[in-house]
Amino acid sequence: MDPIRDSARVIARSVNARDVSAAEIAEAVIPHVARVDSSLDAYLELTPELMRAHARRVDERVAAGETLPLAGVPLAIKDNMCFTGTRTTAGSKILENFTAVYTATAVQRLLDAGALPIGKTNLDEFAMGSSGENSALKKTRNPYDLERVPGGSSAGSAAAVGGFAATISTGSDTGGSIREPAAFCNVVGFKPTYGRVSRYGLIAFASSLDQIGPFARTVEDAALAYDVMGGHDPLDATSVDRPLEPTAGALRTDLRGVRVGVVREFATGELGPAIDAVYQKAYADLAALGAEVVEVELPTAKYGLATYYLIAPAECSSNLARFDGVRYGLRVDGPDVGEMYERTRAAGFGPEVKRRILIGTYALSSGYYDAYYVKAQKARTRIAEDFARAFERCDVIASPAASSPAFGFNAKSDPVSMYLMDYYTIPVSLAGLPSLSVPCGAVVPEGGSRPMPMGLQLASPLFTERELLGYAHAYEQATKHAEKLSPIEVATA
Amino acid sequence: MATDRIDIRHVAKLARLALTEDEIATFGPQLGHLLTFVDELAELDTADVHATAQVVPSRNVQRDDVLRPETKLSHADALRNAPNAQHGFFAVPRIIADES
Repeated sequence: MDPIRDSARVIARSVNARDVSAAEIAEAVIPHVARVDSSLDAYLELTPELMRAHARRVDERVAAGETLPLAGVPLAIKDNMCFTGTRTTAGSKILENFTAVYTATAVQRLLDAGALPIGKTNLDEFAMGSSGENSALKKTRNPYDLERVPGGSSAGSAAAVGGFAATISTGSDTGGSIREPAAFCNVVGFKPTYGRVSRYGLIAFASSLDQIGPFARTVEDAALAYDVMGGHDPLDATSVDRPLEPTAGALRTDLRGVRVGVVREFATGELGPAIDAVYQKAYADLAALGAEVVEVELPTAKYGLATYYLIAPAECSSNLARFDGVRYGLRVDGPDVGEMYERTRAAGFGPEVKRRILIGTYALSSGYYDAYYVKAQKARTRIAEDFARAFERCDVIASPAASSPAFGFNAKSDPVSMYLMDYYTIPVSLAGLPSLSVPCGAVVPEGGSRPMPMGLQLASPLFTERELLGYAHAYEQATKHAEKLSPIEVATA
Repeated sequence: MATDRIDIRHVAKLARLALTEDEIATFGPQLGHLLTFVDELAELDTADVHATAQVVPSRNVQRDDVLRPETKLSHADALRNAPNAQHGFFAVPRIIADES
């Protein structure tokens, strides 16, 4: 058993069988991650003592006869999720010294299932970004080309798993923040239906869209983590109270009887011949597995970005009002309380967060509320209706996860050009649908020297996570694209 | 002109955000560009369409009015991250004028 490269399933099986102890895994992983992360910078904080303490606890439980679904599985935690005793920064100066005093439900469930916490991972500040570059604290690199971005906002969580510096990790996805970095880092990134995984303990960005999900190197591992993380939580009022069926039995190996929708408006020709070829091959591979590939229409999907960039900033401007220098985080003093607020927020937030607070405040302000915010909410209805109509003709929709493979640092200086990276993921988020990105090939990008991974986004109707993971598993097992690339550290190790 | 579409000083005041002159000069055109970008929504027909706040069917959730041990925060923990705590409270600049 190799604790660095093996799957979560294999690691847990070995620990449960007492072939290896969780303590041995921790002692192998701790120095390995420290070494790999010196070039990746995926982590904001490593927690070796917590990892050792959890490993001891797992070994005691296994010795007492328990079988744990994630026994001894090395886990990275996105740093917008509270974990008692760790700094929880959201990648922001305003929370740079914030120490969590409770633990997010999703994190707690993974730890209770036997996962070992390696540390907290870097992210775009408050999860706002598509490259990781908006982190105020660190610059995380893509494990497949250190001169390229890992994607975002779950930058460190995707880079850590892609770079073999974690076996699984947690991400949060508001408009693509799990799926796009998963595509960039050659891993599986899964965003369940809105409400499926508790958001208790997640630092809020846009509450009607935020959803937690796992990263893993295989669909099976992502399913394993989801089975643990998901399910109703009374501590999150938006958590959906529906039974969560274990996904293990749904991991099929063919697609017979499955109708796969390819979206007319998402034609990939304009992405260039190399990228187009990757997706045409992916759709053909789905058909070769027995799926019936049909064309579907999402005429309002092109309004997704505009809709999202009103709704998400509006909700963010409200959520981030709590950062005022009073109860936690940075404070910059002023002559009165109002100036204290203004100076604190000026010093604590980075430019992208400020832009979104400003646009959101504007969209919610008197005289503009109906024209912008309510209009966007109505557009959201139209987009969700389009998906519902499309799902009358298909069981799952296939598309690119991102508009390109990972780009270089500082390549997207204009905010709107960065927003366009999430063209395919945002409409799915607005409709609340379960979706994931699974590796589907690679292209050598312009100016690049190495093939960079690409992701296939699959999206299915509300609450059909089991089926979705099953389709993705069949595709992954037939194509095994992830295994065709090696991250830089592992290649040179 | 796009730059003038948004009174950035007014919006910043509403958002309790002090901006430098440099930021105003940078953000103004960027936000103008974004507003131009979202203008395309105007062409989408939304007459007789209801506004969606949240897509998953849900109803209002209430809980019993009892203390949950798992969410109980001690006084010390509640103040642990306070930038300025005094006498067991969060301390802020004076907000009531001195009458003397």
